[in-house]
Amino acid sequence: MKRTLKAEETFFRIFMNITTGFILIILGIIIYSVFEKGMKALSWEMLTSVPSGGYYYGKGGGILNAIVGSLVLAFGATILAFLIGLPVALYMNVFLVRRKRLVNLIRFILDLIWGVPSIVYGAFGFTLMVFIGLQTSLLAGIITVTLFILPIMIRSMDEILRTVPMGLSEATYSLGSNKSELAFKIFTRQSVSGIITAVLLSFGRAIGDAASVLFTAGYTDNLPNSLMEPVATLPLSIFFQLASPVPEVQARAYASALVLTVIILIVSLFSRGLGKRYHKTKINF
Amino acid sequence: MYLLNRQQRHVVNYSWMLFSLLIIAFLPFMLFGGLYFKSFLLLKSYTLKDLIFSHSWHPSRGEFGFYPFILGSVWVTLLAILISTPICLLTAINVTQYAKKRFLRIMHPVIDILAGIPSVVYGVWGILVIVPFISRYLGPWFGVQTMGYSILAGALVLSVMIIPFILNIMIEIFRTIPTELKEATLSLGATKWQMVKHVLLRKALPGIIASVGFGLARAFGETMAVLMVVGNVIKVPHSVFDPGYTLPALIANNYGEVLSIPQYDSALMFAALLLLVVSLFFNLLMHFFIARYNKY
Repeated sequence: MKRTLKAEETFFRIFMNITTGFILIILGIIIYSVFEKGMKALSWEMLTSVPSGGYYYGKGGGILNAIVGSLVLAFGATILAFLIGLPVALYMNVFLVRRKRLVNLIRFILDLIWGVPSIVYGAFGFTLMVFIGLQTSLLAGIITVTLFILPIMIRSMDEILRTVPMGLSEATYSLGSNKSELAFKIFTRQSVSGIITAVLLSFGRAIGDAASVLFTAGYTDNLPNSLMEPVATLPLSIFFQLASPVPEVQARAYASALVLTVIILIVSLFSRGLGKRYHKTKINF
Repeated sequence: MYLLNRQQRHVVNYSWMLFSLLIIAFLPFMLFGGLYFKSFLLLKSYTLKDLIFSHSWHPSRGEFGFYPFILGSVWVTLLAILISTPICLLTAINVTQYAKKRFLRIMHPVIDILAGIPSVVYGVWGILVIVPFISRYLGPWFGVQTMGYSILAGALVLSVMIIPFILNIMIEIFRTIPTELKEATLSLGATKWQMVKHVLLRKALPGIIASVGFGLARAFGETMAVLMVVGNVIKVPHSVFDPGYTLPALIANNYGEVLSIPQYDSALMFAALLLLVVSLFFNLLMHFFIARYNKY
């Protein structure tokens, strides 16, 4: 009895270590294969020029249009989502703090729409676009991606804001402040690090998602210069280049994937670093 | 110093907050309403049963059978869940019960990075690693001639994509199990594994089910990565080495060409509506499982 028990535990412990190692190795393989394939095709020209004629048949040019386009789109969507998201998160935690059921209902709705696949947002964005008479454009892309990252941003901010202690609110009220002052001056300052993390998380999602911009942002070989014109994005540029039968173009797709991965890794590093730095502004109880 | 006085600023801030909240509150209804409105054209002329169970997909002839796509999605999703659930469960137990605290600090960034990698990059990885692996080793090993672009490839890529998602929830769930409960079990003479098997897993079962359900909903709607490796052949798959086609891939692949046929456009919107309903349904269901952990 005792021996089989011991054997069972040993067996499962070995198995557990295998699965844990497996996850670490998979991450390693992903990063390695993207870097190994991508580095070969990556060149300075690719990063600093837009596609020239015949780029998609293997001629010269680069993916600057997609890099700039993705950054502009993700910045726009993140700013818009921040402008809508922060007030909602603050409202939930300052104005509705005593109405637990209502707040929980809002959280529940947010969790539900967080789970909605991005392709559905893409289809909805397209419907919205047709409805208000917009062409495939940077603006349409920004609106769609904003809707897609809103629940992510609000819920991450909410998780931070709800940890702000009651005592801080009471102290602020006792000094004669009103609720919106408490929200925008005290709550935001107390939660700066968490808010930055939430914003960077949303930015990462915004820049990496392809399905939502597929029909709304369009694609172009030019740099973005107007809100009303189509814009190229990195995920789509990877996707289109991979679809090409020419090996050189496929190799460039791998290089583009490397660029996107590096951007994502930088954003993730930043969110760790910045989160730590702004911890100091927090009042500890 | 300010343009407005305190009271006015309060009013401005307050209405801004309320307005933003209204946007969020109406978003799910807008999503559903918009997609339903667009797919109405299709729902008007076909019954739901015909659309879901019919095999033939010929938009130009007016035949819209979603069965191959639904089946493709279900195969890929279930296979992915089957692969990643045991991996996540064992790893979550290892990380929370057995491993040193320090190890969790390594594991967190790993989960974050895996969750942050864009789905297109997963797709590229699938093409670089998984597809050749299946066509060169796994296929011949089972005696199947395959290009590698198959249901199995989609499922393997997808299973890696949802690992961080499921693992994260499972770790959170295991953390909510009270230490006293575990200590009481150990003090009765149980071994650590007995504690895990009989107390921890039993106590965490609803949470484990919920995490798998959330993973399922996430996997069902995943688009780009699956689209890139699954083969995109409109046919009911018979084995995991067959190429398939999933619902999200159907929407993503055909959007450019639909504007000429209104019913086709409507059909793709119906596919999006299906995805929305499935995702909302699963998320709703799973929230009841997880509600008891005082998540809110």
